Amino acid sequence: MATAVGTLPMGHEENSLWTWLTTVDHKKIGVLYGVSGFIFLLIGGLEALTIRTQLAVPNGTVVDADLFNQLFTMHALTMIFLAVMPLGASFFNYLVPLMIGARDVAFPRLNALSYWVFLSGALLLTSSFVFGGAPSGGWFGYAPLTSSEYHISSGMDFYTVGLAILGTSSLMASLNFAVTIINMRAPGLTMMRLPVFIWMTIVVNFLLILSLPVITVALIELYFDRNFSTTFFSPSVGGDPILWQHLFWVFGHPEVYVLILPSMGIVSEVLPVFSRKPLFGYAAVVFAGVAIAVLGFAVWSHHMFTTGLDTVPQMVFSATTMAIGVPTGIKIFNWLSTMYGGQIRFTVAMYFSVAFIALFTIGGISGVMHASPPVDTQQQDTYFIVAHLHYVLFGGAIMGIFSGIYYWFPKMTGRFLDEGWGKLNFWLLFVGTNLTFFPMHFLGLSGMPRRIYTYDSGFGWDTWNMVATIGSYTLAAGFLVFILNFFKTMRQEPSAPNNPWGGSTLEWATTSPPPEHDFDVIPEVRDRDPLWYDRDHNIEQPAAPEHLHIHMPPPSYFPLVLAMGLALVGVGALSHLAITGLGVAVVVYAIWGWALEPTD
Amino acid sequence: MAAASNAAQAEHHTSAGVDNRMLLMWIFLASECLFFATLISTYLIFQGESLVGPLPGEILDIPTTSASTFVLLMSSVTMVLAVYGAQHGSKLMMKLSLLATILLGLIFLGFQVYEFRMFVHEGLTLSTNQFGSSFFLLTGFHGTHVGVGVLYLTSLLIGSTRRNGLGSDGGTHIEIAGLYWHFVDIVWIIIFTIIYLIPS
Amino acid sequence: MRPSARALTLSAVSVIVVLILSAILWVIFAGSVDHLQTTFNPKSDNAIKIHNLYKLVWILAGIVMAAVLAITLAFSLIFRERPGGKAASHIHGNPKLEVMWTLIPVIIGILIVIPSFQVIADTTGDAPEGAIEIVATGHQWWFEFEYPAAGLVTANELHIPVGRPVEIELRSVDVIHSFWVPQLAGKVDMVPGHNNRLWFTPNERGEYYGQCAEFCGTSHANMRFRVVVESEADYIAWVAAQTLDAQPAVGELAQAGEGIATTLCAACHTIQGTSAAGTFGPNLTHVGGRGLIASGMIDNDAEGLAEWLSDPAAMKPGSKMPNLNLNSEQIEQLVAYLQGLQ
Repeated sequence: MATAVGTLPMGHEENSLWTWLTTVDHKKIGVLYGVSGFIFLLIGGLEALTIRTQLAVPNGTVVDADLFNQLFTMHALTMIFLAVMPLGASFFNYLVPLMIGARDVAFPRLNALSYWVFLSGALLLTSSFVFGGAPSGGWFGYAPLTSSEYHISSGMDFYTVGLAILGTSSLMASLNFAVTIINMRAPGLTMMRLPVFIWMTIVVNFLLILSLPVITVALIELYFDRNFSTTFFSPSVGGDPILWQHLFWVFGHPEVYVLILPSMGIVSEVLPVFSRKPLFGYAAVVFAGVAIAVLGFAVWSHHMFTTGLDTVPQMVFSATTMAIGVPTGIKIFNWLSTMYGGQIRFTVAMYFSVAFIALFTIGGISGVMHASPPVDTQQQDTYFIVAHLHYVLFGGAIMGIFSGIYYWFPKMTGRFLDEGWGKLNFWLLFVGTNLTFFPMHFLGLSGMPRRIYTYDSGFGWDTWNMVATIGSYTLAAGFLVFILNFFKTMRQEPSAPNNPWGGSTLEWATTSPPPEHDFDVIPEVRDRDPLWYDRDHNIEQPAAPEHLHIHMPPPSYFPLVLAMGLALVGVGALSHLAITGLGVAVVVYAIWGWALEPTD
Repeated sequence: MAAASNAAQAEHHTSAGVDNRMLLMWIFLASECLFFATLISTYLIFQGESLVGPLPGEILDIPTTSASTFVLLMSSVTMVLAVYGAQHGSKLMMKLSLLATILLGLIFLGFQVYEFRMFVHEGLTLSTNQFGSSFFLLTGFHGTHVGVGVLYLTSLLIGSTRRNGLGSDGGTHIEIAGLYWHFVDIVWIIIFTIIYLIPS
Repeated sequence: MRPSARALTLSAVSVIVVLILSAILWVIFAGSVDHLQTTFNPKSDNAIKIHNLYKLVWILAGIVMAAVLAITLAFSLIFRERPGGKAASHIHGNPKLEVMWTLIPVIIGILIVIPSFQVIADTTGDAPEGAIEIVATGHQWWFEFEYPAAGLVTANELHIPVGRPVEIELRSVDVIHSFWVPQLAGKVDMVPGHNNRLWFTPNERGEYYGQCAEFCGTSHANMRFRVVVESEADYIAWVAAQTLDAQPAVGELAQAGEGIATTLCAACHTIQGTSAAGTFGPNLTHVGGRGLIASGMIDNDAEGLAEWLSDPAAMKPGSKMPNLNLNSEQIEQLVAYLQGLQ
């Protein structure tokens, strides 16, 4: 009988550095993404704290203008690409095979490659701080401010190259998960029986598959403008800065749905379990998710209402943006209806999911406001937008991620995060979110623009800025409590049963943590809530056979080598093209080795 | 090229009935569609917007490019033959057709290099004007894709000469490569039509 | 099935909590009406239309938000597990409810979108007949204002008459900026290579605060301007004065300053009537009469001017105006001269 090979140290199994560097096990890769994502979340948080400290008082002197501009640029890039997306990827990695009754993803080595490419892109982008300065053109990088004429430091090249590498990582992962979900479902697991989290995963995959190429081209064009004097975005040579905006936002808008849908999936899993009743309106929640993704490609110019768009495009994009509120609302109402008539157990995971509903709604409502172009002319580029985006991304995405962490922690580690500390964690984050970001609505409506390193007193902005800063320190305290909770919990002996919360989905049908091969016997699925159905109909789990003849793919170092080759390609693009050549050679070698190595 | 290593993949039952790797290629090509669509959009947006010459009408050589287009189209025919050969156990037909495809691909690339060098000689570079920037970027990336395809097919050809050949599912590998190759060809048809044919 | 007394009580509690929060919100918004750059105190026809639209949107959106928050709180309180509580009900859906909460957001969406289209049509497009034409050009990090009809060029302080429409053509010489004076109009970006336009008719005299609202580089935070809306008579007088040549220097100090200005400053600045004809920096012909300098950063007094002249980049990081390494005597002279340029 295979021992439970977990993903975090359990003492008696292989856990060397080499194991982690060569793993192709989706659970370990999930942990790698999770730990990296969380560290970058903290880095992004430090960037934010510095920003908030600078803005606590008028005419602050904590950082100078140039460093401030680097900080807000990197804060956004870090949070979006190095924190929230990898944390989402962490859940995808760990849970997708388990939830669909598979033993791993379709392409385990490609999966490992995605992680190592992510890490090299993340390190490359972050290293810009010490190599001449981080990019300071904003995460949205509007031309021509980002051209070599106006953005003299190489930070902008770290931006293009770094994001291109990160995009490659996300694309590979998305392809992998899409094939896995389409092709590797357990017997009886039809698409309309998939957990909502899995539906959100595949929707996110397609959002990325179709939007990443657009920004890749934009980044290539910007890199070429800066380094090879092409004429795409600079008006001085006939280019058009508005082209950059279109290309960026055709990616950028679907990207925000990439950020929120995984958390919406998590909430859709957590609410039913702790309400002790099935998700209300499953089909509607699934179709709403798909609708949001499709419509998500039709709203991008709502980021451009003030750029001088013609009347007709303004009206069209306003209508599509308003339309996207409808499926979003459907999800909210379905979640509330899931709570209705329930026997709700308020674990920390449930606190976070319920808070998601409230806080995401606040963010969604402010979004509806600037979906109206005339209203947007007073809100665009002010702190009102900063308030909106942080309510949906922090109050939404991050709260959802924490819900998932508390919910699946026993499954992944066999231990329970302390509920008492967890509640403190929750309240600090909940109060902190509102203290930090609610006043920003007032600041924006009182005329405070965004992306300013300082402001004068006398505008009525002083008090709310101070309140927001206090809120940001409250958030920091919340994170600290979580980190302490984590380390305290990891010192315990693992003791969690298979299904401590009474969940209905397949990951709860195996041990906590699962063995390396996930399931001793691949389950058969008879219902949308398989474990509840089997429980209610007294269906026994099939016994594991005497000898398990399960072949799992062996570890491989070629993903790591290939990633290092790609990193060299990137470094060469920032220094000498000879290094790019070397990188290409390493990549070719790695592909050759990868193709030829035995996998059985 | 994959030898026994992917035998496990080949024998697996899949929920949608499509081989995992085939599905991967299809979805990847969807992504590539958007990639080229964006490059083509950039080209179309800047059509007629160049501040200085040379302009397309002055410099594009349609007869020569028609010839190279024909070559690439023929390579798709030989690719079809390679897939046919692989699926019907005719190893010789597969190898010869693969070789022909590779050679035709290389000839196409040769034409591209010739055209690029001629343009540079006549004063059109990446940085000359909107036409130069968008033309070279679009056709350059297309050429890169052809080049990667040539390397891909060459690896398959070399792999097929080993003792176990491409393994029991070698036909699938050739078919998947065929998907990629046809895609690159279709993209070229679109590029050729938009850049060369329609304006004239 | 009637809700229990407990459920009713907890629902009432939730509603009251949300109402209190809404009331606090209302008070805060009401209190911001006198903020200098507020969006809540419109003083032009177009700004009023936008604000009225926003009030409608705020109410509709606010009702939805309050309802969702109240329901979330109420359900959390009512359906919390407790001994003797009802077992969880197994509902998978409710078609009537689902149709309703699909249709109601659609209706709300339409209620917002239709007036929005109307306001777009009313506030954009062609300016009314007889609008004063102004060209506003964004620079890193200051605003240039030109009145082509009158042939005058100034910077950072716009004067317009009350009750007459103005049409502003928006340009940029470098990166994207945005022209935003909240009390008078919504913002429109100044995109290099494009000629965006905005128009409005101010309806009350006053001095209104504006700020660049598109991140434009190091000193984006320091790119501010004022719009002075004055009576027709005052406006005509201002235009007339602005088109005159620069006042000649009076007194030894100022004359020495003129000497410095027409040599050191001439490369970038224009002082009409002297030999200084540079166009890189703001036009200084009548700089003495402006309320603020350095693009709305500080009051235009001797102390401020001196501080600016001694080290522009210290006040405005990244400033394109170099530090001319003037000694205190030269600064005193220049200040005297510039203050005389009324």
